[in-house]
Amino acid sequence: GELNSGLLDFLLFGSLIAAVDPVAVLAVFEEVHVNEVLFIIVFGESLLNDAVTVVLYNVFESFVAIGPTNVTGIECLKGIVSFFVVSLGGTLVGIFFAFLLSLVSRFTKHVRIIEPGFVFIISYLSYLTAEMLSLSAILAITFCGICCQKYVKANISEQSSTTVRYTMKMMASGAETIIFMFLGISAVDPRIWTWNTAFILLTLVFISVYRVIGVIIQTWILNRYRTVQLEIIDQVVMSYGGLRGAVAFALVALLDKEKVRDRNLFVSTTIIVVFFTVIFQGLTIKPLVQWLKVKKTEHREPKLNEKLHGRAFDHILSAIEDISGQIGHHYLRDKWSNFDRKFLRKILMRRSAQKSRDQILNVFHELNLKDAISYVAEGERRGSLAFIRSSSTDNMVNVDFSTPLPSTVESSVSYLLREKAGPVCLDMQALEQRRKSIRDTEDTLAHHTLQQYLYKPRQEHKHLYSRHEIMHSEDDKQDKEIFHRTMRKRLESFKSTKLGINHSKKLNKIHKRDRGQKRRNSNVIPNGNIPSENPVQDFTLKEKDLEFSESEENNDYETLHLGKGVDFLANVTKQNFTDPPAGIDNPVFSADDDQSIYTKFSPWLSSEDTVVPSQRARVQLPYSPNFRRLTPIRLSNKSTDSFLLADGPEDRSRSFLTESTHM
Amino acid sequence: QGPLGSAPVTSLLSLAVTSEQIEHLHRRFKQLSQDQLTIRKENFDSIPDLEFNPIRGKIVHAFFDKRNLRQESDGLADEINFEDFLTIMSYFRPIEMNMDEEQLDRFRKEKLKFLFHMYDSDHDGKITLQEYRNVVEELLSGNPHLEKESARSIADGAMMEAASICVGQMGPDQVYEGITFEDFLKMWQGIDIETKMHVRFLNVDTIAHCY
Repeated sequence: GELNSGLLDFLLFGSLIAAVDPVAVLAVFEEVHVNEVLFIIVFGESLLNDAVTVVLYNVFESFVAIGPTNVTGIECLKGIVSFFVVSLGGTLVGIFFAFLLSLVSRFTKHVRIIEPGFVFIISYLSYLTAEMLSLSAILAITFCGICCQKYVKANISEQSSTTVRYTMKMMASGAETIIFMFLGISAVDPRIWTWNTAFILLTLVFISVYRVIGVIIQTWILNRYRTVQLEIIDQVVMSYGGLRGAVAFALVALLDKEKVRDRNLFVSTTIIVVFFTVIFQGLTIKPLVQWLKVKKTEHREPKLNEKLHGRAFDHILSAIEDISGQIGHHYLRDKWSNFDRKFLRKILMRRSAQKSRDQILNVFHELNLKDAISYVAEGERRGSLAFIRSSSTDNMVNVDFSTPLPSTVESSVSYLLREKAGPVCLDMQALEQRRKSIRDTEDTLAHHTLQQYLYKPRQEHKHLYSRHEIMHSEDDKQDKEIFHRTMRKRLESFKSTKLGINHSKKLNKIHKRDRGQKRRNSNVIPNGNIPSENPVQDFTLKEKDLEFSESEENNDYETLHLGKGVDFLANVTKQNFTDPPAGIDNPVFSADDDQSIYTKFSPWLSSEDTVVPSQRARVQLPYSPNFRRLTPIRLSNKSTDSFLLADGPEDRSRSFLTESTHM
Repeated sequence: QGPLGSAPVTSLLSLAVTSEQIEHLHRRFKQLSQDQLTIRKENFDSIPDLEFNPIRGKIVHAFFDKRNLRQESDGLADEINFEDFLTIMSYFRPIEMNMDEEQLDRFRKEKLKFLFHMYDSDHDGKITLQEYRNVVEELLSGNPHLEKESARSIADGAMMEAASICVGQMGPDQVYEGITFEDFLKMWQGIDIETKMHVRFLNVDTIAHCY
């Protein structure tokens, strides 16, 4: 075919075909899971190059419109200036709307239903405003998101946050699909099919080659300032990951046939390029990444120590920077966080959210929860936490919980905790299934016991009709109460069977760690119990010196943030502490007295609703795998913990529970 | 007169800090010491931004810690001269491209040792629980909403984590005394410290904070 275009037309074409497309990149890289640095580099590039694309496109289009003869230096200069205007303007628009959004979200406490609406609308508004002003819209919305995230996340409720997240994902997914579908459909339009072999081939070759060159040069420049250098492999991925997508196509479709005579050629070339990069490069990037052994995202358990040391490092480095009189990254970062703390937070964040928990505390809390959950899971698995009150418990006890039962719904508590689902709800059916092996009388007994203590069939939220609120039914609260109560009892009984009296140590520790902070009105996991201050001189574990938590009975259920789901609070009630025998008496060492323990716990004799561990529990304590967080540190020989006792040599634990021939 | 006497220069060059950087640091040293030959602890008070740093005390202390100054002795020095100042600063130099495995390892050990000395305030070679608690409390003291109790529990938790990494499953009678340097190294095994613990002197003629 013939080409009728001049330099300017080609420049125009170049400007739109060179841009990497964020949609395509995101879609592909999500599959591949490369390490974060690489991902951010490519994805960030695709986002930010929108400004460049828009500017160049507009500039060249106007040049083409006014004709090549009229392009003067002034015009070029105007073009360059407009680049800065567009990009910075877009950013500012984004930041402005971020500010607006955070401010609005601060006051939405009583209209929680429409919180997600605000988020969507105001961010979209930033996009539209930027478009209207001919600024870079993608930059606007990107920066809006970046800047507002912290404040909005702190301000809006858990449910709104989830709503926003899932709706966004859904819409994004839908939009991507539609875009590519549209791309495909328009490719089948014969009117635009113009083929010029040389042009197309050369385009394909050049975009790859020049991209590689560009990447290499820029990496070389960047590496002089980077701590972690970008290696060849990274560069390969970066060049290979430059996928063109819908933006290019949209821009080319907007071209005016009058002004650009080879429009159809451009369109078909663009389509071919897009298809090629997305299909070929997109499909092969995953094997390529694997073959090159690119570092993938490491998913590691957050370790408390790491966080702590990381924090220590940050401070040390800032200090060194201060001392040596440099302005370094840490200095700037500190300055920013000071500014943020002093001004921005006060304006943009809700009062209750301002007292945010430290990151370290969050990690700590999470780890504790995980430990607690694992502990309960382990206990359940061994059947030791199955609380059944019955005189003929033989069969019950011997239910083998260790093999997974074929029920689809796990009715174990630990499963619930893991899921962090909404209010506790369990399917009675599943529970029944699980107990199939037990005789009918025991069945009903178990049913009643369980129902009494914990399990309620799932209920619909009785929505009192209100357009602005979601009312949670009262049962939710009750469920939670029952749950907590039961959990408490289970743990108490568990520990008390083992060693009788004074064994709150591990629970203390659980408890102590669960309470991150002693605030009552917070929207994080609250714990209404404030331990009394028991000063510990040094950490030798004498019984007395352990920090007791004298918990009060008032669990603030009102402050339970309903969005948080099941919160595991191992609260220790005071009633369980009998007076410690005088002196430092570690029950472990009074192994001879274990008979006495059992007299206290004859289940058929006890009149109250004690929750009693099954026979199995007494024989075999749950093996607690290496959880160190729940065990106190033993820095002296004086005491051992019931917990560790379980881990220890089995005979030790058995030795003092040998005569459990009750029942 | 040149900024340095002849003798220290040779040893300093082994620290692989460029001469420009040495110049700059020397200027800074003179500022801090107010043209004296040595710096004392009080001189560090003149740096305003350091006030906001929660572990300021420990860091300043680290400068005077004789173990960091590569002297075999223990304890605290009262004042340090420029050579010592540079020695401390050299702990933070970035990795060079041409280091081999052994050098890298040594490098890493040095940096970790610096950190270890900071934590181990009583110089007994072990980080005990009390010391660790101390450190954590200081670290988290910057956040006004965090109470001491929580800081303490965090320290305990971290200590236990360390114990589990270092000693594994403990028997019922075992006692965990404290984190020794070997344990400390073990904790840091997977993590690369080289990139975390260095200060990049971007341009040596940066706007130095002269007050």
